[in-house]
Amino acid sequence: MTAAAPLIQLKNITRRFGNMVAVKNISLDIHAGEFFTLLGPSGCGKTTLLRMIAGFDEPDEGEILLDGKNLVGTPPEQRPIHTVFQSYALFPHLNVAENIAFPLRMAKKDPEFIRDKVKHSLELVHLEDKGNRLPHELSGGQRQRVALARGLINQPRLLLLDEPLGALDAKLRENMQIELIQLQRHSGVTFIFVTHSQSEALALSHRIAVMSDGHVEQLDEPSKIYGFPANRFVADFIGNCNLLECDLTSIDNSNISLTIPNLGTVYAPSRDGLSKGKGWLALRPEQVSIVHADTAIDQANHFLGKVDDFLYIGDVTTYIVILDNGQKIEALLPNSSAGRAHFFEVGDRVQVAWQTNVGYYIPDAKNN
Amino acid sequence: MSKPKDSTRFARWAVSMPPMLFMTLFFALPSLIMAVGSFMIPGDTGGLAPLFPILTPHINPHDGLQESGLTIENYRTFFSDTVYAWIFLKSFFVAGLTTLICLLMAYPLALLIARSPKHKRDLLVLLVILPFASNFLVRVYAWMIILGPFNLLFTNVAVILGMVYVHLPFMILPLYTNLEKHDPILLDAGQDLGATKWQRFWHVTFPLSLPGIYSGSALVFIPVLGMFAIPEILGGKDSMLVGNLIKEAFLATRDWPFGSMVSMMLTLAVLGVAALMSWLSKAGRFQPR
Repeated sequence: MTAAAPLIQLKNITRRFGNMVAVKNISLDIHAGEFFTLLGPSGCGKTTLLRMIAGFDEPDEGEILLDGKNLVGTPPEQRPIHTVFQSYALFPHLNVAENIAFPLRMAKKDPEFIRDKVKHSLELVHLEDKGNRLPHELSGGQRQRVALARGLINQPRLLLLDEPLGALDAKLRENMQIELIQLQRHSGVTFIFVTHSQSEALALSHRIAVMSDGHVEQLDEPSKIYGFPANRFVADFIGNCNLLECDLTSIDNSNISLTIPNLGTVYAPSRDGLSKGKGWLALRPEQVSIVHADTAIDQANHFLGKVDDFLYIGDVTTYIVILDNGQKIEALLPNSSAGRAHFFEVGDRVQVAWQTNVGYYIPDAKNN
Repeated sequence: MSKPKDSTRFARWAVSMPPMLFMTLFFALPSLIMAVGSFMIPGDTGGLAPLFPILTPHINPHDGLQESGLTIENYRTFFSDTVYAWIFLKSFFVAGLTTLICLLMAYPLALLIARSPKHKRDLLVLLVILPFASNFLVRVYAWMIILGPFNLLFTNVAVILGMVYVHLPFMILPLYTNLEKHDPILLDAGQDLGATKWQRFWHVTFPLSLPGIYSGSALVFIPVLGMFAIPEILGGKDSMLVGNLIKEAFLATRDWPFGSMVSMMLTLAVLGVAALMSWLSKAGRFQPR
């Protein structure tokens, strides 16, 4: 998907509502067959962007190119792009089969053809026996699948999904994530998925555009976004992250030295393009280990502290440790043996430690 | 399910008793009297002749006519002369045509109001019901002045015009109430899935508005069937409708049993139409909810 021309190109898209700039000069390329996610907190402009791609809204500036042709000015009904709405927007007067058949009927396809397609589509979303049901007789997950089948039935170039899992409970959401991935792979249709849930985005996407305040903070694969956050916002927004304020004091081939105020020096992996200055060390809780204060440690990065609190999650326990300089740091310990809720008590003196090859230094944009 | 507490049960009765009592006394009982009355004999000076004795009715020795008890003579009269069937047929035609014209005029207006900004809707609805503020008869008489110069007064056209004029708000309001509740996201979804403006109307808005169309139609069709004032004021000699027939029987000829019989026939006919409509709506799968 690298060599081919992009399926859809957003070029310098800007959208204003009064004094508020909802989308600020965004440019993106999305390739055919991709599962692309727009991720960000509410109000970051992701839904506005989606509505402009669907055609319900038009950009004030910029172009939206589909296969190189500008879509701006083309009404939604003429765009080969379908949307799965957050509320599903199933037609309440039509049964499941009629709902799914809707796009084909509007395109005035042959009834025989429609019947075959709908039958196949019902099988694809495991609703073979629900064709005659009305939407209000279905569960949330089933409605979701009808909406997906309806959006995919006439093979749009692009399927837009606007927080489609938001209304489902946690367990169902997990199952639907797997179904979404399978549907996308099976249909080959390009998906643009909008969500504020970083876990959904990480689990589903080929690539993620993390958005905030109308612009893209980082655009990359999920593991890159998680492992190498471009800035403090991304590090903070994606997953749990310890952000330690520090000064980059020296750089060599493999490591950088970071000075944390009132604590000491830590070592982190080096990379091209770094320079001395202020910044943050981003450390995921699972990268931080925790042992008793008197245990001998051979890792270079280790500090004394006190257990402030812990959260038993089931598979893991998160410990919140206050280091001797007052800095809070989270560490994760897996609970591999059943029934073991935690290894340390609140108030225990402990050591936190991490390897020198983990952690990611984020320079402060203002000081570099 | 838990049983309702005694106090709740008492409250339910206390709240529903007055209207139930009222309807029993002034609707159910009179309907029963009317049903019985349609099988009775008119009294010497109009009204109803005595009901008893039922089994051995008095027979006037001079003319041999029945003077008390029950008879099916009223119904026999109705079915032995085609003029009554003709009046019924015509009334249904007038009611049907009025309903259709009202529907065609009301739908675009109701849609317009339902899609106006929220703060304007109340004002527009107020304008729709404003005609009720002036007297019904005055408004109908005003049509005499309007229609006079066009040589339309005392014709069936005048009757239809008057009917439509008076009943239009009864079509607009239920339609508006229905259309206003439509979730706009459904139209977005329709458009997103490739439906043109007309397709969005016929495949989304229209089927969803059928309950509004049904209730609006019932609110126009049934009152028009019983309406006598408009045909009397605006209609000609051949404009007599069922309502006029009933009114004549009660007020002019004072033949209450005959009037009761025609009322019964009208009630049965309306129930028949309602049953047909509900059967059609079920059979046609047009059951938006």
